[in-house]
Amino acid sequence: MPIPLIEAMAIRKQFPGVLALDGVSCAIVPGEVLAIVGENGAGKSTLMKVIAGIYTPDAGELRMNGQPIRFDGPAGAMEAGIFLIHQELSLAENLSVLDNLFLGRERTKFGFLRLLDRTSMAATGRDVLVRVGLPKELLHVEVGTLPPGQKQLVEIARALINDAKAIIMDEPTSSLTQKETDTLYGVIDALKSSGVSILYISHRLAEIKRCADRAIVLRDGKLTAELPKAEINHANLVRYMVGRDLKQFFPRDHRKGAGETVLKIRDLRFAGGPGSGISLDVRAGEILGMAGLVGAGRTELSEAIFGIRTITGGTIQLAGQSVPIRTPRDAIDAGIYLVPEDRKLNGLIVDATVGENLSLPNIGRISRYSWLSRSGETELHRESIQRLRVKTPNARQTVGLLSGGNQQKVVFGKWLARGPKLLILDEPTRGVDVGAKAEIYGLIDELAGQGVAIWMITSDLEELLGMSDRAVVMHEGRIAGELTREELNEEAVMRLATGGSE
Amino acid sequence: MNRIAGVLVLLVGLYAALYATRPSALDSSNLIDVGNRQGFYGIMAIGVGVVMIAGGIDLSIGAVVALAATSFGVLLKNGVHPYSAFVITLMGGTSIGFLHGILVTKLRLQAFLITLCGLFVYRGLARLLTNDLQVGMNAILREKPSFVPSVDWLRFYLTGHEADGKLAFPAMLVLLGVIAVVVGLILQKTSYGRYWYAVGYSEQAARYAGVNVDRQRIVTFMIGSTLAALAGILLLLKDSSVKPDNAGMAYELEAITGAVLGGVSLRGGSGTALGIVLGAAVLPLLKNLINFLEIPSALEPVVIGTTLLLGTTVDELLRKRSSARKSG
Repeated sequence: MPIPLIEAMAIRKQFPGVLALDGVSCAIVPGEVLAIVGENGAGKSTLMKVIAGIYTPDAGELRMNGQPIRFDGPAGAMEAGIFLIHQELSLAENLSVLDNLFLGRERTKFGFLRLLDRTSMAATGRDVLVRVGLPKELLHVEVGTLPPGQKQLVEIARALINDAKAIIMDEPTSSLTQKETDTLYGVIDALKSSGVSILYISHRLAEIKRCADRAIVLRDGKLTAELPKAEINHANLVRYMVGRDLKQFFPRDHRKGAGETVLKIRDLRFAGGPGSGISLDVRAGEILGMAGLVGAGRTELSEAIFGIRTITGGTIQLAGQSVPIRTPRDAIDAGIYLVPEDRKLNGLIVDATVGENLSLPNIGRISRYSWLSRSGETELHRESIQRLRVKTPNARQTVGLLSGGNQQKVVFGKWLARGPKLLILDEPTRGVDVGAKAEIYGLIDELAGQGVAIWMITSDLEELLGMSDRAVVMHEGRIAGELTREELNEEAVMRLATGGSE
Repeated sequence: MNRIAGVLVLLVGLYAALYATRPSALDSSNLIDVGNRQGFYGIMAIGVGVVMIAGGIDLSIGAVVALAATSFGVLLKNGVHPYSAFVITLMGGTSIGFLHGILVTKLRLQAFLITLCGLFVYRGLARLLTNDLQVGMNAILREKPSFVPSVDWLRFYLTGHEADGKLAFPAMLVLLGVIAVVVGLILQKTSYGRYWYAVGYSEQAARYAGVNVDRQRIVTFMIGSTLAALAGILLLLKDSSVKPDNAGMAYELEAITGAVLGGVSLRGGSGTALGIVLGAAVLPLLKNLINFLEIPSALEPVVIGTTLLLGTTVDELLRKRSSARKSG
């Protein structure tokens, strides 16, 4: 093994109340792509910020080319050639690409006059744009007008201009389309062959398989595995991230196969929806996955079924009965429940207690003539908290203080007590830690086993592939295609989601 | 609970200051008088408090008080029996609240704006109704002597004043107590209360949980304006005469102040009936103290404003410290 470009040795970083990094060591050689994997809060970002000079470690040391080094802030790290591409891009939107590339390091001529040497900068600028796969005509375009994928590439170009030796990418594809992601992969390959090292943070396992040479896995601030390329696979990554097997992660222990059609949508049109009607069936006991790019209209469709959006045409049948749905109340009375995408805005009253949230949709069941039954309510809280294993000291805890996973369990708990017929889950595990994810998957499987029709909207391909019995893919407001469990794979989903035919 | 303890401390402090200034201020006749006023403000504060808990606001209270007081008088003058006039006026208040609720929920206009418009409109209607002339109970009763017993009955049992204006007992404080118990039970023990807090905290989340948000908000506006109309009737009964152009002026601000001091959040979703009662008790007591301290009346608003500012600032600081301790 050649001398590592960067070595982190037994790095320890303590924040108030949490040990973010507990003696983590790793090394990266020139021209290598190292993936850093872990669930939210595992310490990935902290480790990267230590390497990029944003945090000073409490213990341990950093070495560059074998020599101990200490950075005083990010400027020092950049001086040494280490650049962090932020999740939130840090470009001046009102300036041109060229101005951004040289921001703070403008080349000047005529000494103290500091006249900008535009010719020289433009020449270098064109070179680096080509290196990151952008057309050189973009040089004089205002950054604010570029799509997110190109902005990211501009950031990478800026790092290259400053002789980057290592580039840290923090979830670089989170806001990119598939095409932009492919471009980024190409750029990563090119950088690699020119000897630049890449530290790649991601939670998308498919992506890591595609571009990493090696992966390290963090859990609770500790290094749990270091995997060579050959050993990077879902099973291993999940095992070391979660500490349990993939098979257990996406369980299918309870499902007995699809039954009668529960929800039958025909030619449905709604406010803010596409001009053409949408038709969809969801059957009892099955998990129907729904994929699509952000903005494909999946959430909007579910909102129409749940009575949030005004329905302008078509029919909705529930178990063979036509149901008019004008408000969420109508949907709920019919047995259609929604776990919404935005948990903190729509799913929960974050300032209220766990108990108040659990009671809210069930008040009819725990009251008589509008008078609340204290014992009925306590019983409801106790049952829900127990059944969902919500980690809360008691029902009087403010729900906003719980972890994302436990908050989501409360959202599920609001509906479970009512015996759902159809459960619409919109991004059910977004912002949920891996441990709670596994529990939520178990719960979804169990509900499907009890005959509940589950309609799961998700942007997480792993989740879609792991959980669905059947999947439909939406593209620009329409249903682009349907995939059986056998046909269901990443390529088929992406082809439909991006508008390709079946 | 913290909030209630805070306002209790403030009240005890004010009573102590009153005693220190002039021990005779704590004799029963003064306390009864102050208590009756506390009851009067408390009724309006409970009304606006309910509206605020569900995430709304009502700036029209003072104007509704004026319109209700004058309407009540005009109804009597036109031969409507006092008991009927009482019910009709209350129902008028309820209708005004219903109108506010409809405008806020169906037209999706802000409660602040709607009730601000109401503030001007109802004041104008009160003046129109009376030709901008003072409404006097004595003049009315001279015209309608048969109403004397029932007006006396209403005046005595609702405001505690006898026919000659003497205050027998703090009837309005008793009335407030009854209203506060009822509202408190609704807030804590019924589904309505649950829905109001939920709507106040997060209208969106409440809607997604199947709460009929519009209906709940309309109901709270109806309660708020009905209690304002009740205060208007009480005003005419206790003062014997009202002027349409200044009756109830700025009462909405005092009611909101009381509710906020008692723990109702301007952002909605929090507050208790007990807290509002205690919060609304502060202002009348403070005015009484100012009176005894012989502070020039021109300075009265300054003292009130400063005290309230200090009170809320201290409360905010205490709350920040306790939440910092929790998260730290």
